[in-house]
Amino acid sequence: MRLLTHNMLSSNIKGVTNGFPLALEVTKLVTKPVDFNPDFLKNMLLKVEWKALVEASRAMGYAELPEQTEPSMVESEEFLRKFHHALLELHLEEGSLVCPQTGRKFPVCKGIPNMLLHEDEV
Amino acid sequence: MSRHSSLEFREDIRKMPYRTAQIRLVASHPEVYEPCDDSFLLVDALLSDQANLLHHQPRVCVEVGCGSGYVITSLALILGKQESGGVYYMATDINPHAVSVARETLNAHGIDADLVITDVASGLDKRLEKLVDVMVVNPPYVPTPEEEVGCDGITASWAGGEDGRSVIDKILPVADKLLSDRGWLYMVTLTANNPSEICLQMRRKGYASRIVLQRSTEDGQGSMIGSLLSQFPRFPFLTHGDSKKN
Repeated sequence: MRLLTHNMLSSNIKGVTNGFPLALEVTKLVTKPVDFNPDFLKNMLLKVEWKALVEASRAMGYAELPEQTEPSMVESEEFLRKFHHALLELHLEEGSLVCPQTGRKFPVCKGIPNMLLHEDEV
Repeated sequence: MSRHSSLEFREDIRKMPYRTAQIRLVASHPEVYEPCDDSFLLVDALLSDQANLLHHQPRVCVEVGCGSGYVITSLALILGKQESGGVYYMATDINPHAVSVARETLNAHGIDADLVITDVASGLDKRLEKLVDVMVVNPPYVPTPEEEVGCDGITASWAGGEDGRSVIDKILPVADKLLSDRGWLYMVTLTANNPSEICLQMRRKGYASRIVLQRSTEDGQGSMIGSLLSQFPRFPFLTHGDSKKN
């Protein structure tokens, strides 16, 4: 699971109001290089919750992202390359996603998060 | 009531000249729905709409209920490699076995896509709101007793409840929420699902619809229909016509 997808996931437990972002527990991570596409990144920058991405990438051992973004940064290839790496190349392979409100853990196995709820959580 | 595959159908499709998405099934599981007539119909609908899709330039594509991964892999191949790294693909399924098989299928074709085990898009609906440019769904549409809907394993892939509409009716509001202002929804239905009512319902929410592909079902009792529902801005003339009528 890439951090792009982590950025799109919230805790879906009934009654949870602050379900984003899910905290990361990393047991195993893998890095897979993918093609660099600046246009895609510029587009995604508008859709990503930046703070959540910064925290998630730190949990994955990558601390190169700036705390905040500024519009001028999209012109910097250096910035885009870091964003690219954090967003698309770091994969959470084994671990869990933790609901920030309840502490409930959603397991991630073989890179796939399981968001299915128990009967009493729906 | 299950949706059996038809070998003849597969042979027919292999001969089709415009077929670009030759998907190898590299994994299978007894509890995972294998690509059948309806999957082929959906992929052929996407293929026949390839020019529109390429022009549409979707950034975010989501499949709900991906099963073996045949459709989302095909969609990625149809959109092509020229946009390498330019599209975010994501697929969900309620069946963990299906998601594992989909992972293998996607990997075998070199497609970067993320998979989530979840019910429809639960857990994704907040952050993906209005971000999805193309959604593809081959829903469980077979009319069945209501208690079979959402069962464990392969039953969930086809059991659609009354009129086969239970899951479809759950997916439509999710699609409406997730689709971007230029979002498109491709979905398979049966005649028994009352697709014209589905289109009418979505029209009230501002969607135009058109049938992309229609084929008779194996039993000859009706048709399988691949429809495209899209936000009205794509069809401004329809919005105007509609507002005058109302």
